[in-house]
Amino acid sequence: MEWASQLCENRGLGSKMTDSKYFTTTKKGEIFELKAELNSDKKEKKKEAVKKVIASMTVGKDVSALFPDVVNCMQTDNLELKKLVYLYLMNYAKSQPDMAIMAVNTFVKDCEDPNPLIRALAVRTMGCIRVDKITEYLCEPLRKCLKDEDPYVRKTAAVCVAKLHDINAQLVEDQGFLDTLKDLISDSNPMVVANAVAALSEIAESHPNSNLLDLNPQTINKLLTALNECTEWGQIFILDCLANYMPRDDRESQSICERVTPRLSHANSAVVLSAVKVLMKFMEMLPKDLDYYGTLLKKLAPPLVTLLSAEPELQYVALRNINLIVQKRPEILKHEMKVFFVKYNDPIYVKLEKLDIMIRLASQANIAQVLAELKEYATEVDVDFVRKAVRAIGRCAIKVEQSAERCVSTLLDLIQTKVNYVVQEAIVVIKDIFRKYPNKYESVIATLCENLDSLDEPEARAAMIWIVGEYAERIDNADELLESFLEGFHDESTQVQLQLLTAIVKLFLKKPTETQELVQQVLSLATQDSDNPDLRDRGYIYWRLLSTDPVAAKEVVLAEKPLISEETDLIEPTLLEELICHIGTLASVYHKPPSAFVEGSRGVQHKRIPARAGSGESAESSDVGQSGPSEAPPAVIPSQGDLLGDLLNLDLAPPTATVPSVQPSMQMGAMDLLGGGLDSLMGDDSDTPGGRTEVQSPQPSSDYRERELGGDIGGSPSMGAGLGAAPAAMPASLGAAPAVGGGLGDLFDLGGGVGMPTGSYVAPKTVWLLAMKGKGLEISGTFARRGGIIQMDLTLTNKAMSVMTDFAIQFNRNSFGLAPAGPLQVLTPLSPNQTIDVSLPLSTSGPVMKMEPLNNLQVAVKNNIDVFYFSCQYPLSLLFVEDGKMDRQVFLATWKDIPNENEAHFQIKDIHLNSDVASNKLQGSNIFTIAKRTVEGQDMLYQSVKLTNGIWVLAEMRIQTGNPNYTLSIRCRAPEVCQFVYLCYELVLKN
Amino acid sequence: MIGGLFIYNHKGEVLISRVYRDDIGRNAVDAFRVNVIHARQQVRSPVTNIARTSFFHVKRSNIWLAAVTKQNVNAAMVFEFLYKMCDVMAAYFGKISEENIKNNFVLIYELLDEILDFGYPQNSETGALKTFITQQGIKGQHQTKEEQSQITSQVTGQIGWRREGIKYRRNELFLDVLESVNLLMSPQGQVLSAHVSGRVVMKSYLSGMPECKFGMNDKIVIDKQGKGGTTDDPGKSGKQSIAIDDCTFHQCVRLSKFDSERSISFIPPDGEYELMRYRTTKDIILPFRVIPLVREVGRTKLEVKVVIKSNFKPSLLAQKIEVRIPTPLNTSGVQVICMKGKAKYKASENAIVWKIKRMAGMKESQISAEIELLPTNDKKKWARPPISMNFEVPFAPSGLKVRYLKVFESKLNYSDHDVIKWVRYIGRSGIYETRC
Repeated sequence: MEWASQLCENRGLGSKMTDSKYFTTTKKGEIFELKAELNSDKKEKKKEAVKKVIASMTVGKDVSALFPDVVNCMQTDNLELKKLVYLYLMNYAKSQPDMAIMAVNTFVKDCEDPNPLIRALAVRTMGCIRVDKITEYLCEPLRKCLKDEDPYVRKTAAVCVAKLHDINAQLVEDQGFLDTLKDLISDSNPMVVANAVAALSEIAESHPNSNLLDLNPQTINKLLTALNECTEWGQIFILDCLANYMPRDDRESQSICERVTPRLSHANSAVVLSAVKVLMKFMEMLPKDLDYYGTLLKKLAPPLVTLLSAEPELQYVALRNINLIVQKRPEILKHEMKVFFVKYNDPIYVKLEKLDIMIRLASQANIAQVLAELKEYATEVDVDFVRKAVRAIGRCAIKVEQSAERCVSTLLDLIQTKVNYVVQEAIVVIKDIFRKYPNKYESVIATLCENLDSLDEPEARAAMIWIVGEYAERIDNADELLESFLEGFHDESTQVQLQLLTAIVKLFLKKPTETQELVQQVLSLATQDSDNPDLRDRGYIYWRLLSTDPVAAKEVVLAEKPLISEETDLIEPTLLEELICHIGTLASVYHKPPSAFVEGSRGVQHKRIPARAGSGESAESSDVGQSGPSEAPPAVIPSQGDLLGDLLNLDLAPPTATVPSVQPSMQMGAMDLLGGGLDSLMGDDSDTPGGRTEVQSPQPSSDYRERELGGDIGGSPSMGAGLGAAPAAMPASLGAAPAVGGGLGDLFDLGGGVGMPTGSYVAPKTVWLLAMKGKGLEISGTFARRGGIIQMDLTLTNKAMSVMTDFAIQFNRNSFGLAPAGPLQVLTPLSPNQTIDVSLPLSTSGPVMKMEPLNNLQVAVKNNIDVFYFSCQYPLSLLFVEDGKMDRQVFLATWKDIPNENEAHFQIKDIHLNSDVASNKLQGSNIFTIAKRTVEGQDMLYQSVKLTNGIWVLAEMRIQTGNPNYTLSIRCRAPEVCQFVYLCYELVLKN
Repeated sequence: MIGGLFIYNHKGEVLISRVYRDDIGRNAVDAFRVNVIHARQQVRSPVTNIARTSFFHVKRSNIWLAAVTKQNVNAAMVFEFLYKMCDVMAAYFGKISEENIKNNFVLIYELLDEILDFGYPQNSETGALKTFITQQGIKGQHQTKEEQSQITSQVTGQIGWRREGIKYRRNELFLDVLESVNLLMSPQGQVLSAHVSGRVVMKSYLSGMPECKFGMNDKIVIDKQGKGGTTDDPGKSGKQSIAIDDCTFHQCVRLSKFDSERSISFIPPDGEYELMRYRTTKDIILPFRVIPLVREVGRTKLEVKVVIKSNFKPSLLAQKIEVRIPTPLNTSGVQVICMKGKAKYKASENAIVWKIKRMAGMKESQISAEIELLPTNDKKKWARPPISMNFEVPFAPSGLKVRYLKVFESKLNYSDHDVIKWVRYIGRSGIYETRC
């Protein structure tokens, strides 16, 4: 064999030997040849063959057929060969579990080797072989290695516990490895401590409630000592772990901060960021008047700035984090504006992030510099960057009032460049400036109108149309301008169509004489020729308004608009707090909670910032540990949170600037409808309003879903397209949510349903949304079923200082398709300290998605201040329908038909009722007794329940006279509901 | 933690693939290739999320390194690790190229096994690694028991960057103060931003486990000591002390001691390493000033005049001076006249490049150019990128001075005076730009 001699030659080259040849073997019959070489007697040849196998493995070829031959090479004293074989084993053991057992003996033997490097290698590799059968053999060697005299072996064994836990968590607990791991935190070697901490932190993540990491002042002290001595990576593990600790008081918090601050000078950016995380979190506990607090603030700025001289990828991570830090504590970096100036050679991702932070830091003091910079950026090459720069100028104008004039003139300069996308972007932001400073800069309208023809993006066209409509009285040819848009009405995007409709109505109200024709034209275009329900609804509402009461129309359409807020794009406070606890991690890069991109239970745990000492917040925010079916603590919905928010905004506030003016108009319309004048108006229309609603109701759902997805992706450029499909759990359908007038008919039903007496038990109201989390809005509530109608009884309390209006409610998809059957009826504004009770009728025709727990309901409530999310749990008895009494024969047949394993048994304790009273009580909640048998002093009640979705639940209840404990057996084809049915029994019988 | 690590060539072929976690499958390798390496447009982020899997990547020449995870990992740590991985590979086999990676793939797998365990980075100091992982295969089988335990104690020990028992006949150390001075200046000569980012690089050839103490003219330290005596005239040329905005240190430096006493003490690694990095923004000596003058003559001609002035002691010489004057994309021809050095119009780079080999302090030089433009109907104005400059000067633009570096080794018989010490200052241009 010629190539064999070639091999030997290569070998002769010693260290210069090239391994790249292994990548080129693509001969036919290769596997066969390799097999022969692997079984060769010559060590060198064996090794060469294994190398070839590894190379093939790397490029993705399947070499699993060689498993026995490769494993045979394992028993060697050549460490290099051994490592190669191990590498192969780790890759293929899973596909050949039985053969993998062959390797076990060698591992066990190696774990006893006098050479610590070999002992560690064996224990490290064993953990990577994910075969269940092997794990049993792993335990003994691992136990020994955890107590090995050599620290190198111990630190490897510590990580191995985490590996084993990933394969078989129960085994790790049973074998007591967790305790050994905990002991390693007190190890004398800092690297062992660091790895033990890393392993424990990972294991603790999958047991959110276990007190595994039992952090107390003593362990913290040990960690802080190890922090000074271990490797840079170990420091990161320890700091990340420290960040999860809740100091007992401000003194402990300060002393930890003092010992962590030196890490800010570490050369490793990750150490610095993790230290920043600990400090940002613990700082929250320090009293603000403390001298140390100020010192700490000052110490944080320089290291953050230094991070910007790291490599671009790290700069990006740092900038995303600084973005959070600036929102949480603007004072830290307020004097450091200049370091965020964009450099010509920065990668685009760094440029865009810097720009974001520049806007956040813009203030009166530095605005001149910032503007000069932004003007430079607006002439760069990258389109996205230029657009963002132009937008930033607009945001500066809104944020710093003194600069508004300069910003506007800068924008006008940019419009003069005639660069298409710059002009369009500028017009969009100028619209916002008009909203913020009405009647101040209207002189520029003429310049804007000159560029009308060049606008081809919907957002810019919509903005321009809004401007024309808003200032119609000052633009001589406003009617001509709007008419020109009207020509291609059907080709425009919805955004533009809606805007055009509103703008022409405004124009008509301002100059009624000349524009009657125009307004009729647009109304008929919108109502008759359009397929878009939003557009049609809005068209009808305007039409009706104009035809019934033009004065009211004027008040509604031309109402004074609230000023837009200064800060835009702020992250919602609860999310921001959570993200601060994740500084340095992916969550802080994506600006999303971990649950949004991590699968399974890991990372779903929510982290909180500790409360400041002495403030009242801590008591309120502490975990509500109550249990019980309907009293589960309200939780802010994190993962779907922003999605849900998007949805709500879209739903109730079309993404245009005229939101406030449209919304009241819809409400007015709705009230008018109740008055019953609709038919006369629609007389010549072929559709009846009811029919119209029904036909369209499924349509908006898909429409919104599409937009929502788009918004999600657009909002997070760093998330690739793959995420687009991910948020399957979001609430999408609006079919049942009649926010736009679709459910008007239901309002009549509502009136009838409220007062009906019924025997079903209603739990007392519990607080679902704390005022602290709801920006002053407190919501408590309960559920009731009254006369066949499901209702959500809410009490809204305004604990804020300002009036709340524009309430709306929306549910996430849930297990039984619960959805509001009408709008949230809070028609009068809620003044401070006022409380209002509302009953919201619910339907069960909403979209269905199985929730965990089954009866969990995620709710979003919107008012003029913000959108709030909470979740609550409803008793299943809500869904027990009135016709739930099953025929006896059917009952018997069904009972037999349901397999035995679907039967669940429960004990209801301490009930002192006889069977008749109990039966009556249950009947009040639609649990019907079909038959009763008495056997040996034991009453057996056979009962049936039907759920709104048609699921039957059958039950047998045994009541022994004198025994307060009832035995309940439940059978159902959907066994997961049994538990909840039992809870209803208990609830009903005990109340 | 890191779930897997892949190395690709520029075509997207995988050269190294090591999977640490069960949640990362082989398809992740392809997902990255398709979505990032083969993506048509420019990379918009170094972190990419594809189907709930996050990819972190860095590029070295045309080699892609990608770390993959499905968890909420410490992102900064992942990038730091990828850089470190590059350093380690470079320390073993030089430049990171496809050729070198293929030639050393067994070694790379060995390294990856050692420095990343279950996705957790472990000791990655090359000094320590080289004691037991070598290009000739692994030592280990022929080591004595003492050697083995010495290796493990070094890898896990407090001083993981230095091994015991190092001996030199001549104890010597070299200190390089390397600074890069960054400037952004407005056309009117106003400093928009300027900072120096500096590094102190040390090459140590010292026996035993020497305890070192490094001192510089840090304002905080000088002011503290200053009360005692030194009533030097502050108006004297050359500053006495400098204000350091921030500094970071190699992991050998005792950070808690720096935090409390602001003294820099450490046991150095053997050979070359970076002792510290620092940043200053106050009282920077800007070695050059660029004065641009651009005049548009009609639609088809530009006149450019650029003056550079050197601003340091006349006895010192700046080297490798290069001024880069950008030209519009529609340039058809350029005529250049310069007083000193050579200037050339480089059409491929859209710039006039003016090179001067040497220039003494307090001098001035000038270039003027006439740029002919092709008439275009492109409405967009030329963006006028800034004029950039490169140079090297033999002093530290921040004003940093090394005051001392003391070496103590109590066990061996050499003292601080026996150590031969060399100090050198080099100031280079970082991003040194003047808008025009």
